[in-house]
Amino acid sequence: MEIKMDLISEDKINSMGSTEKLRFILDGVKSGNIVILEGGLTSEEQMKLIELTMTEVSDDFPGIEISGYQAKRSFFNLRRKPRLTVIGPAKVMRTIKKDKDLISAVVSAV
Amino acid sequence: MKLRKRRKGILSRLLRALFFRKVTAKIGIYGPPNAGKTTLANRIIHTFVDENEDIGVSTEVPHETRRAVRREGVLIDLKSKSEQNPYLNANPDSNVTSTTEQKPRAGKSKLKLDIVDTPGLATKIDFHDFMAFGLEEKEAKKRAKEATEGVIEAIKWLDDIDGVLLLMDATEDPYTQTNIVIIGNLEARSIPMIVVANKMDLAEAAPQRIADAFPQHTVIPISALKGDNMGELYREMTRRFR
Repeated sequence: MEIKMDLISEDKINSMGSTEKLRFILDGVKSGNIVILEGGLTSEEQMKLIELTMTEVSDDFPGIEISGYQAKRSFFNLRRKPRLTVIGPAKVMRTIKKDKDLISAVVSAV
Repeated sequence: MKLRKRRKGILSRLLRALFFRKVTAKIGIYGPPNAGKTTLANRIIHTFVDENEDIGVSTEVPHETRRAVRREGVLIDLKSKSEQNPYLNANPDSNVTSTTEQKPRAGKSKLKLDIVDTPGLATKIDFHDFMAFGLEEKEAKKRAKEATEGVIEAIKWLDDIDGVLLLMDATEDPYTQTNIVIIGNLEARSIPMIVVANKMDLAEAAPQRIADAFPQHTVIPISALKGDNMGELYREMTRRFR
């Protein structure tokens, strides 16, 4: 079985509204794709994505695996700039190791 | 728009803190499933309210707490309890250093709060995981459905909480996305928090790993089950959440 990866540019993500963005990501993940976002999602967006995911958990879709780096602080330590975020179906993707600067994940076909 | 909304949230919190200070703070116990949130809530209730009262049931099955439970009017009174419970001041493992030990400050001895024990936050809930604990398929699916509702409820409670005890299992890797997302949200909302490294009584516990992962936050190692180092946590709560 093939697994598709969607690498989404920051421009594309920024052109979408908050709800549209989360819907776009979750639809991609529910189709079985791994979605990689340049620029990443903020913590608030990730929390909203978890909330949206929970409303759609079913016998066939147990949820998502999400990984990303902690946001970088800039502008006198006030502004938090998110970095890369990787989201995949929990059935397919599993994070095996994560630290400040490294994310190792395994992707296996069901 | 979003930035304005966040600014408004921070501003209203600041104004409330300055002019409309609450007598009772609502403190949420957050964390991933099986971190020991209910065990900690029960420990606090047993120590300061009634040793026979439980806020919830703790088991090894994840998502045992599937509805947020609020216990109102808990008075943390360190002066009276330190005489009755000598363990409040004891740190049985001198090798473990909490981030507050390096900068001791005088704290107030009383704090009135409502404890909110929240369901564990997770990004996935698979009913098969419950079947591994011996549940029938029908019961496992029901529990999974309730657990998803519990996660949503825990997230919604963040809008109405004044402070957070973020519980992490000291035997597990702290760099989980759930931990990072919770901390990011609390920082964005300017909600005061204490990171609690639970299960320090276990041989494989490494609370220092949590302190290293989140150096910008106060980390207190405890064992909610055994009651180890609870005094330091209570002292930090009276400082942070008043």
